[in-house]
Amino acid sequence: MQPSGYGRTIPDRLDATFAALADPTRRAILARLATGEASVMELAAPFDMTQPAVSKHLKVLERAGLISRGRDAQRRPRRLEPKPLAEATGWLEAYRRLWEGNFGRLDAVLAELKAAKKPGRSKR
Amino acid sequence: MKSSGALKVTAQSDREIVMTRVFDAPRNLVFDAYTKPELLKRWLGVFGDRTMPICEVDLRVGGKYRWVWRGADGKEMGVRGVYREVVRPERLVNTEKFDEAWYPGESLITATFVEQGGKTTLTVTMRYESKEARDAVIKSPMESGVAKSYDNLAELLASGEIQRGART
Repeated sequence: MQPSGYGRTIPDRLDATFAALADPTRRAILARLATGEASVMELAAPFDMTQPAVSKHLKVLERAGLISRGRDAQRRPRRLEPKPLAEATGWLEAYRRLWEGNFGRLDAVLAELKAAKKPGRSKR
Repeated sequence: MKSSGALKVTAQSDREIVMTRVFDAPRNLVFDAYTKPELLKRWLGVFGDRTMPICEVDLRVGGKYRWVWRGADGKEMGVRGVYREVVRPERLVNTEKFDEAWYPGESLITATFVEQGGKTTLTVTMRYESKEARDAVIKSPMESGVAKSYDNLAELLASGEIQRGART
């Protein structure tokens, strides 16, 4: 069922989001921004990367609508735009929960198989 | 509630979904649970009132499988496919096609079982025919709208491969 209100724009947005999220540096940048806005220099600091390289990642994130620029003209801080990310992770999260249920039951089956294999419990 | 390992799900490339999960059991057991009908029936897709009355597995290259689930209301859901690679207990490749096509085309599922220290890492890669099909699969369990929690989001981002992300 399609969540109401977003119409047909979701699949395209979702695709751009996933493409942007495919890179570990970009995910780390987003994780940093989840704690508050930051300038390009601040974002570059924890990475062994030049500012232009970080700027390139920021452009991809910006194009995907995942981040935006703050008002401070001097610092141009980047900030997280949670909505597209929430859409993507929301879908993935629901999918994950479905499989978590399956694998939780599989854990129980495996525990039983393991117990049955223990020499102490074996009839042989 | 987390048991032996957290399940990681990622949308890899534009046609794939990858799931990774660690199980506290040697891989021959995980492989068995993954391929033997009497064991599959106990965990795969059987929640609430849903059972798996049909679970046929012909575990060899070119062999077919047929699984049907039935809900309390009598409604059935079926899937079938062919095994493309069977390397016990480390690798399994099969096709997947649901009777009611809720995603277009057929998908290719690759499962690898890697054992270390008595634990098994299961990695399942689902490759769809198109990104539209992949997106349909990701969206399928969504029935109550989009998850909006910002905290949840930060947690998700900070987990998994993200080492440097600060947790909030």
